[in-house]
Amino acid sequence: MANSNLSIITKGLLKENPTFVLLLGMCPTLATTTSALNGLQMGLATMFVLILSNIAISLIAPVVPDKVHIPVYIVVIATFVTVLQLFMQAYTPAVYRTLGLFIPLIVVNCIILGRAEAFAGRNNWWKSALDGLGMGLGFTMSLTTIGIIREILGNGSIFGWKFITGDGILAFVMAPGAFLVLGYLMVLFNKIAKK
Amino acid sequence: MAAENNFKNMVLCLFLVCLFCGAILGSVYAVTKKPIEEALVAEARAAIAEVLPAGGEISEPIKSGEMEYYVSRIAETISAYAVKSSAAGFSGPLILMVGVLPDGTIYNTKVLSHSETPGLGAKCDSDAHFIAQWKEFPANGNITLKKDGGDIDAITASTITSRAYSLAVQNARNLVKSLQHK
Repeated sequence: MANSNLSIITKGLLKENPTFVLLLGMCPTLATTTSALNGLQMGLATMFVLILSNIAISLIAPVVPDKVHIPVYIVVIATFVTVLQLFMQAYTPAVYRTLGLFIPLIVVNCIILGRAEAFAGRNNWWKSALDGLGMGLGFTMSLTTIGIIREILGNGSIFGWKFITGDGILAFVMAPGAFLVLGYLMVLFNKIAKK
Repeated sequence: MAAENNFKNMVLCLFLVCLFCGAILGSVYAVTKKPIEEALVAEARAAIAEVLPAGGEISEPIKSGEMEYYVSRIAETISAYAVKSSAAGFSGPLILMVGVLPDGTIYNTKVLSHSETPGLGAKCDSDAHFIAQWKEFPANGNITLKKDGGDIDAITASTITSRAYSLAVQNARNLVKSLQHK
């Protein structure tokens, strides 16, 4: 039992990593990873919503008629996202300013609805919470990794600590760099995961 | 396992979920309303403090057309103005807080928000040389870029952002000048 709990968490990190294997949630992945810190914050925000919405959905799924389950799930997810947004605005305005637009967009992040459909709707609340944690950690890890690489190459710094003077390779801070880093990491990741 | 797909169940289910979520949102909104307002005010105050000489008593915001300004008074005489000014940047509005002395000298400027390109126009709030030239910019100086015949060094490869920045500062100074003539 303990073993299967652990495997629910670790599959989000490696075998079913949402970013590199399932290819879900590409919009925030590409857009918010301009620096390591932004990637980390976005990952944590998504993880928060993912865990709570997984728990809530696993609890209500048995009584929701099939034909309306998508709207019900979306309302639940949107509620948690809005709660998160309000709390961030109130207590961490600096973080809210950097992530800004991408917080409301968590609602339409495919990972969250995808996990609600594929996992939380069919499992109990405890397993769903673990699944949310695992997927959330996997997403956070991927975003932070992309963020670290883009920040090193594009800005010459790690988590805001600058180790070169002047500019880095500008393209890596912008969209093309995001695609490049994502692509190469995907190759690397799938090579390791397939072994 | 799931409830039957009849009309009554579907309506009831959606109704209850929406009711419940609405209640949660309403209460969270009520709890966070005050802290959010306080955070916004604190942010504006911090920005004003950065662009004005210290020690003034800062007024409530005053609207003037599209712009908004604050008056700083020391012993009832006006010591400076902080003007919230904006211009169209490269990829969205560039919003600045500009501190202007009554004689038209720019005391200091600060970027409140921008959506410029990272690594290019986004340097408007980090490029040391660009920021430093606004500090105590003389009242008779020409606030346009050097390549447009003025006194301002543009950020490399970010002419549009630099022009927007200059325009916003210029508008702020014009506002203060017009206030002086009243």
